[in-house]
Order: sequence, then structure tokens, then C-alpha cells
Amino acid sequence: MKIIVCIKQVLDTAAKIEIQGEKVVSPGSPFIMNPYDEFAVEEAVRIKAALPESEIIVFSMGPDSVKETLKRALAMGADQAVHLTDPLFEGLDNSLVAKILAKAIQKQSFDLVLCGRQAVDDDMAQVGPALAVLLEIPFITIVTQLQFSDNFQTADITRQVEGGSEVRKNMSLPFLVTCQKGLNEPRLPSLKGIMAAKKKEIQNLSASDLGLEEGLLNPRNNKLHEIKLSLPPERKKGIILEGSDEDIAKQLATIIREEEKII
Amino acid sequence: MDNKFTIVVVVEHDQNAIKPVTFEVLNAARTIADSVIAYYFSDNAEVDVEPLIQGGADEVKICHNSDFASYTHETYAAALKAEIEKTQPDLILLSASNNGKELAAEMATRLDVGLATDCVDLQLSEGEVIVKRPVFSGKAYSLCRLSGAKPYLVTLRPNIFRGEGTAETRTGNVVKEEINLPDFSKIVGELTREVGAELDVTEARIIVSGGLGMQAPENFKFLEDLAEVLGAAVAASRPVVDNGWQEYSHQVGQTGRTVSPDLYIACGISGAVQHLAGMSSSRCIVAINSDPHAPIFSVADYGIVGDALKIVPLLTKEFKNILGDQG
Ligand SMILES: Cc1cc2nc3c(=O)[nH]c(=O)nc-3n(C[C@H](O)[C@H](O)[C@H](O)COP(=O)(O)OP(=O)(O)OC[C@H]3O[C@@H](n4cnc5c(N)ncnc54)[C@H](O)[C@@H]3O)c2cc1C
Repeated sequence: MKIIVCIKQVLDTAAKIEIQGEKVVSPGSPFIMNPYDEFAVEEAVRIKAALPESEIIVFSMGPDSVKETLKRALAMGADQAVHLTDPLFEGLDNSLVAKILAKAIQKQSFDLVLCGRQAVDDDMAQVGPALAVLLEIPFITIVTQLQFSDNFQTADITRQVEGGSEVRKNMSLPFLVTCQKGLNEPRLPSLKGIMAAKKKEIQNLSASDLGLEEGLLNPRNNKLHEIKLSLPPERKKGIILEGSDEDIAKQLATIIREEEKII
Repeated sequence: MDNKFTIVVVVEHDQNAIKPVTFEVLNAARTIADSVIAYYFSDNAEVDVEPLIQGGADEVKICHNSDFASYTHETYAAALKAEIEKTQPDLILLSASNNGKELAAEMATRLDVGLATDCVDLQLSEGEVIVKRPVFSGKAYSLCRLSGAKPYLVTLRPNIFRGEGTAETRTGNVVKEEINLPDFSKIVGELTREVGAELDVTEARIIVSGGLGMQAPENFKFLEDLAEVLGAAVAASRPVVDNGWQEYSHQVGQTGRTVSPDLYIACGISGAVQHLAGMSSSRCIVAINSDPHAPIFSVADYGIVGDALKIVPLLTKEFKNILGDQG
């Protein structure tokens, strides 16, 4: 099976952020693989363990630092990595990112495409479904279980919905899924994996390698334009309730009903 | 076309029970649109749509086909694409539910138009659609403008746009039409759904949430009791989920669900950045923690320094008293 995994590098989730010159910054914080993309890489590696003739290619777009994240995916067990890198790719919105990814993925054959459910920086949840539409393959989002048949031709796919789940039975390849927590437990790269990754090559692809017109790759073609970034409004300073446990419970119940009028 | 601003709302329902989030979307639509058209994709032509009109729809279009027995993005996207060719809306508005976000992303790509997901504010300013959306799981907010071909697609975060709700005096048209759908049976195959009676954390108005400070899985019974009295949903921090004490769908935080209830009661939760990211936009936050320096107190409106295992049962009793007394 030929498996494509799309990953994004994001700011560490523990980072405290500031806004400087219309950009989110977090001095000193590391960049990590988007947590949901780890589920995607892990799932690919598990499929390959069950079906050794599989091949895993990871794709990521972004600045040079993205190579670190691609290396991590290689160390987890991916076979090849492709870095979509070009100054022209900067500042593009997700609809354009999906178009570039689609163009790069279409350069080879594939059976399965795995993405994360959303990136924890822009939280758009757009690229996965958009990519599937552009690749003209079926897709299922927010997947918590991917159960292949014995011959790996079809799969039963469980998706999270509000208050429960739904299962699509016997989906035939090719398809794209966006991965959600619950799908698996992503491994930490082993020392052996890290060593092996050093020997694997990261291929660079630029806009011209992909035959993309420069005219398309212009932030002016974005459909979503940021006007302003702001920090969330400060919450008003809270009150610590004092007294015996019984007193406190009474006070809180009264406040919630009479002052906050929530119940 | 005239310059009336038309919004299409896609009704989200579960076996023809309309989801409360749909009324929030209608409410948001009504406040900025000249005309609101609600599309109801159903397997049943006889569904009751009066609440949608009371909620703000000027027209409800019931598009029926037996393939609408359950939502699938394939059927919804195909129907919506065909329908909006007739109605030519400026904006398609959905809830930022799992289905809503999926459908919006698909539609935006098929139509090659702009998309903004999970918005907490929606304005129409001199003909431009301006939205505000949390990024970095709510650690920052991005004010954005949509541009390019229409209709734009916008999904709205649940619990933010409740407004004043429905009005019985509103009137509107109801149109019913049986519509054709492409055959998706090869792709969709057999679909089974398992949805419990339990309130989803993203849809709950009150959330009682537990962290590792609850000490043991059996102590979540205290939270369930309190939740039952308040009509609340139970949520949890990540390690609670990782320990298997609660299901993942209950995890609140940057890698869990993002919630904005009226009341969030955090019990034995330290308040790590990743947790705060998922709940700090709640209207009122109560924190119960034995450590007076726990970071959760920095976002709490009301803090209780103490043992959650003792305080939660007392709260259950007090709320029961109050609610019992005054109905
Ligand atoms: C990539 C990544 C993503 C993450 N995503 C999430 C996420 O989505 N959601 C999330 O929640 N976390 C997430 N985390 C984990 C997060 O960093 C914290 O580890 C986690 O939120 C801590 O959970 P907790 O508050 O339950 O436990 P702890 O931090 O252990 O806190 C327990 C608290 O309980 C208090 N306590 C102890 N006993 C009592 C008692 N009897 N009564 C009252 N209080 C008591 C203690 O004082 C302490 O403050 C993520 C971490 C990473 C690295």
C-alpha cells in the first residue's frame, strides 16, 4: 500500500504566546509536529508493520525548520519525506496550501492519504477535506478507528460525532482520513529509528518543480485575510470563597443562581 | 441580482430532531441577513419546521430523499451545491460541529470560495463579511475578512450565538421538494451510528469537569451526581482520559474539545495551558483545587481552595436544595 501522510509543524502546545507585529510569537518555545498528525504518522507505520510491502511518504510545507518535523516522521518509521519549500508558499491561506499539496501528491500514485484532524495553530480543519476533494477521492474526518480487511483492500472506519460515533463499513481504497485522538498511541522515535532516519533523504519541491504558476501563489489570492490578531480579553479577577466547606457550597449555589443567573 | 444579503443555513438534525446549534446559527444569520433560507435535508417530507421559522428562517426548504436518513457529507454537499445554484446566497452558515466543519471544508473547496471555521463573531460591514475566530485553541483571536467569489462559508462555534431565541410571531414560507441525489452507495456503503442520550460537552450549557485531583475513576460518580442535578455534561482533563477514567470525547483542551459553556466547574484540575486553551472562553468558571497556587485560579471567577472530593457532594446537595425549592 502506498501511504501519503501530510504533517504540519506547529508551535509547542505548552507555549505562552505574544503578539508582535501582527504575528503570534513565543520566544524560546520549540516547534513540534502537530499532535493530530502524530496519529496519522503512527497509523501509517502500524499499517506498514502489518503489510510490510507498504511505502510511507510524508509531506510537509513550510520554512527550513520543517525539516526537523519531517525527520521525526522518518524516525517514527516513514520511508520518504518531501519538503514543499519556496518563498512563494509564504502567507498563503489553507485553500492554496491544499492546492499545492494536491499538486505534489498527484505526482505519484497512492492508496491512502492520512492527515491530522486539524492543526492546533490555525484550528481550521480545512486542508484534509479540501485535499480529498482536489484529489477526487472519498474522505472521512475525525477518525478514531481504521480497521482494514484481511487483504487491505477495504476498511471499516469509525468517526467521532457529537455524543457518539458512526462507522462506515467496507470503504474501498483510495480514500483520505483525518486522524483523531483514540486512533492509536503515537510512538516516540526509537534510537534505531533516529539513526535510520539520518540515512533517509528529504526531497525538496519548489513551486516551479510542481509546475505551479506564480500568479496563483500570491497572498492576494487568499480568500481569508487576517485584519488583526489579539489576545483574548483578560478575565476579571476572581473571588476566592471563604468559610467552612458547607458555607462555601451554600455561597456558590446562591451566587450561581442569584448573581450569575445560570440556573 | 439585487443587493439583498442572503444567508443559507443548513439544518443539523439527528433523525429529524433538530439540533440546538441550528437555532444558534439561525439567530446569527437573522441578525445580519436580509433573507435567511434554511435547508432541511431529510428522508421525511413531513418534518415539523415551524421552530425553524420561529428561530429566524424566512424560508425553509425541505429537500427530501431516502438517502438523507443519516447525514453524510457526500449527500449534503451534492444537494447543497445544486440548491444554491438556484438561491445564489452570499453566505452559507453552519455550526462548527464535527459535521458542520466537514461539510463547510468540502463545500468551500468544491465551490472554490472562502471559508472561516469556528467563528465566535460574525459581522456584515459595508457588504464585507468579517469574522473573529480563536486560533492557537483560543490563546489568540484572529479578526478576518472573507473575499473572492461567493457564497462564503462560515461555521459558528456552538454556545456563542444563542441570542434571545425563537419568537412565535415570526412567519415564513415552507417549500417541500423531493430531490435527486447521485448514487453514493459505493462510497458510503453501510453506515451505522451509535449516539447515546448523553449530552455532548460542546453542546452543554453547564460542564462539570474533573482532573487528576479527583484521585480515582470511581470518584467521577461525584461529578456525575452534580452534573445530573445541574443538567450538565461531565468533562475531563487529558491525563484522566489517558488513564481511561473517561472517554476521549470528554477531554477538554487544546488536543480535546473546545467548550464555551455558561458555567464550567473545574474540579481537581491544575489549569495547564493546554487545558485552559479549551475552556477559558466559558462565561463563568468555578475552580475547586486544594492548591491555592494552582494556575486554574487565574481564570476562575469563583475559586474554592479545598478538597474536591468533599466539596463536590456538598455542592450537589446545595444545588439540589435550591433547584428543588424554587422548581
Ligand atoms: C501536546 C499536548 C497536548 C495536551 N492537550 C491537553 C488537553 O487537550 N487537555 C488537557 O487537559 N491537558 C492537555 N495536555 C496536558 C496538560 O499539559 C496537563 O498535563 C494536564 O492538563 C493536567 O491535568 P490535571 O489538571 O488533571 O492534572 P494535574 O496537573 O496533575 O493536576 C491535578 C490538580 O489536582 C489538584 N488536587 C489534587 N488533589 C485534590 C483534591 N483532593 N481536591 C482538589 N484538588 C486536588 C492538584 O492541586 C492539582 O492542581 C496536553 C499536553 C501536551 C504535551
